[in-house]
Amino acid sequence: MKAGSNASIRRFLRPAALPTPFCPGCGHGILLGTLLRAIDESPWPLEEYLFVSGIGCAGWIPSPHIAADTLHVTHGRPLAFATGVKVVNPGLHVVVIGGDGDLASIGGNHLIHAARRNLPMLAICANNETYGMTGGQVTPTTPRGARTATTLQGNPDRPFDLVRLVEAAGAGYVARFSVWHTRPLIRAIRRGLSFPGFAFIEVLSPCPTQAGRRNQLGTPAEMLRALSRRCVSIARARQMAPEELAGKVLVGEFVGGEDAGGRPDGSAERDS
Amino acid sequence: MTETAELVELPSALPPGPAFLQGDEACAEGAIAAGCGYYAGYPITPASEIMEHLCRRFAALEGRHFMQMEDEIASIASCIGASWAGTLAMTATSGPGFSLMLENLGYAIITETPLVIVDVQRAGPSTGQATRVGQGDVMQARFGASGDYEIIALAPWSVQEMYSETIRAFSLAERFRVPVIVLADEAVGHLRESLTIEPTVHVYRRSQAAGRAPFGDAEVPPMPAFGQGEKLLVTGSTHDAWGYRRTSSAAAQATLVQRLVGKIRAHEGEIARAVAYHCDDAPLDTLFIAYGFTARSALRAVAEARQAGRRVGLLRPVTIWPFAAEAVARYTAAARRVIVAELNQGQLLREVQRIAPAASGYHRTDGEIMQPAELRELLEGGAQ
Repeated sequence: MKAGSNASIRRFLRPAALPTPFCPGCGHGILLGTLLRAIDESPWPLEEYLFVSGIGCAGWIPSPHIAADTLHVTHGRPLAFATGVKVVNPGLHVVVIGGDGDLASIGGNHLIHAARRNLPMLAICANNETYGMTGGQVTPTTPRGARTATTLQGNPDRPFDLVRLVEAAGAGYVARFSVWHTRPLIRAIRRGLSFPGFAFIEVLSPCPTQAGRRNQLGTPAEMLRALSRRCVSIARARQMAPEELAGKVLVGEFVGGEDAGGRPDGSAERDS
Repeated sequence: MTETAELVELPSALPPGPAFLQGDEACAEGAIAAGCGYYAGYPITPASEIMEHLCRRFAALEGRHFMQMEDEIASIASCIGASWAGTLAMTATSGPGFSLMLENLGYAIITETPLVIVDVQRAGPSTGQATRVGQGDVMQARFGASGDYEIIALAPWSVQEMYSETIRAFSLAERFRVPVIVLADEAVGHLRESLTIEPTVHVYRRSQAAGRAPFGDAEVPPMPAFGQGEKLLVTGSTHDAWGYRRTSSAAAQATLVQRLVGKIRAHEGEIARAVAYHCDDAPLDTLFIAYGFTARSALRAVAEARQAGRRVGLLRPVTIWPFAAEAVARYTAAARRVIVAELNQGQLLREVQRIAPAASGYHRTDGEIMQPAELRELLEGGAQ
């Protein structure tokens, strides 16, 4: 069975947990698939992994779907729980998955401290730019101007750039992709899994139910295509004028990857 | 491997015999003796000495991990993670930090995670008086987290008990798969006095038996660790015996809460400890009920009044929760007057009044300890 194939990653799912509870068109199922493919291609068996997640739609990506140890915790706190596990059992490969509300809002403090502390673990932020489970309220990553259940005239605030935030906090591997970019995303997750310090990947994932309907973004397929147009690779962005970059989101490996310009693990620069 | 918690004997970490320690240090030593493998905390007066002592001591011991976290929320969260990684975990704080921990205290309860939380109480509410004593967290410890549950809280009154009750806290946590609170106070935490270190320590250890439902069937189910190959599903949402979320099943919610509450209630006799002093010649003129440092002043006042020929006694609940209702019923029934002395405006008093409605309270909330002389005066003014 080819590693990363559909047949192969099906072994990693708990049959009793299927089908997933995600809405039609939600990007989180694609993210779950890319994560499992990356794990299948990693050198470690699934039993050596622990998946920690918080509250919200993203918290349900690993729990209960992945047939491994899973820890589904309080809102915003998965990184803090993961820290205790990793310190006691460094042999476990710890993957933390949270949404933008979980990791960037209520858990923002834990995010920057986990990056600073630099324990080896991979944190994935499934960023759908809204609180999906509670009805589509504004989050710290909702684009300016977007309509949500709590910004009826459009979001007046600037969103966090999570990549820059986590890089500034000291993470050695930082990447951003969307669920449109499945192949580079799988590569990034693989890299994050084997990174010897704190690794962070932001994954843009469309929410047709909450964000899509309120902002007339069309069908899930149209939302995915729009996401692909909104994302610009780091390399291409270097050739583009500032006005061309307005409203775009940079994707790629920002710290510790190929795009980062020869900083294989990022740690040397940070520790020097 | 057994499927229930097992009583084990461990050699003491300190040399057996007399020792001289601060209360907070004795608490830290109790944790070491009980086998605590993970401590995480955040600085706060008057509990920081526990953390600093463990930081020093853990560095020289095998398999002990110390972490200073970014806040109290992360401290208890990481302790719960550590507990599921298979070790014994503790955090220590004071009232304001304890407030921050309540969210994950609830998580520890619903996920049945053994854990020890030390609250060295200071004068509150809020920041209050950081270096002054209080006993205002009695009800915060009982009802602070959301939802319906039973809790275990122990109130040491001496440096000796800061050591031994911390050990008992770990033992109860492992025995029943629950978070246990050591409800100390600033005066006991900062007290320095002699204690005796016993050569061995007896503590329960959780079962890590594989292949059993980790959240059901048994009254206290086995708790395998992460990495053991059990594919554990741990969630703070309502779950079934195997950990699957059951967020709209009335039966799952009812079964879970019933078991969380039931496993404590069924063992109240084993958990609830109260010690009676000078209570043998009923009926008493006056019975004091006091706990923590306040009970030391009460005992002094009672001893002095006894010398003056008065029939007075003291009942000291060592276990605050579950409430030592049986002992309180027995001793209050044999006393003409009952006074609950505590450094709050009447928190345990309410619990006593459920059993002895005529009980009155004596309160002090100025950040000072209760003096034996003022309690002695109360005894002089007693029923004739």
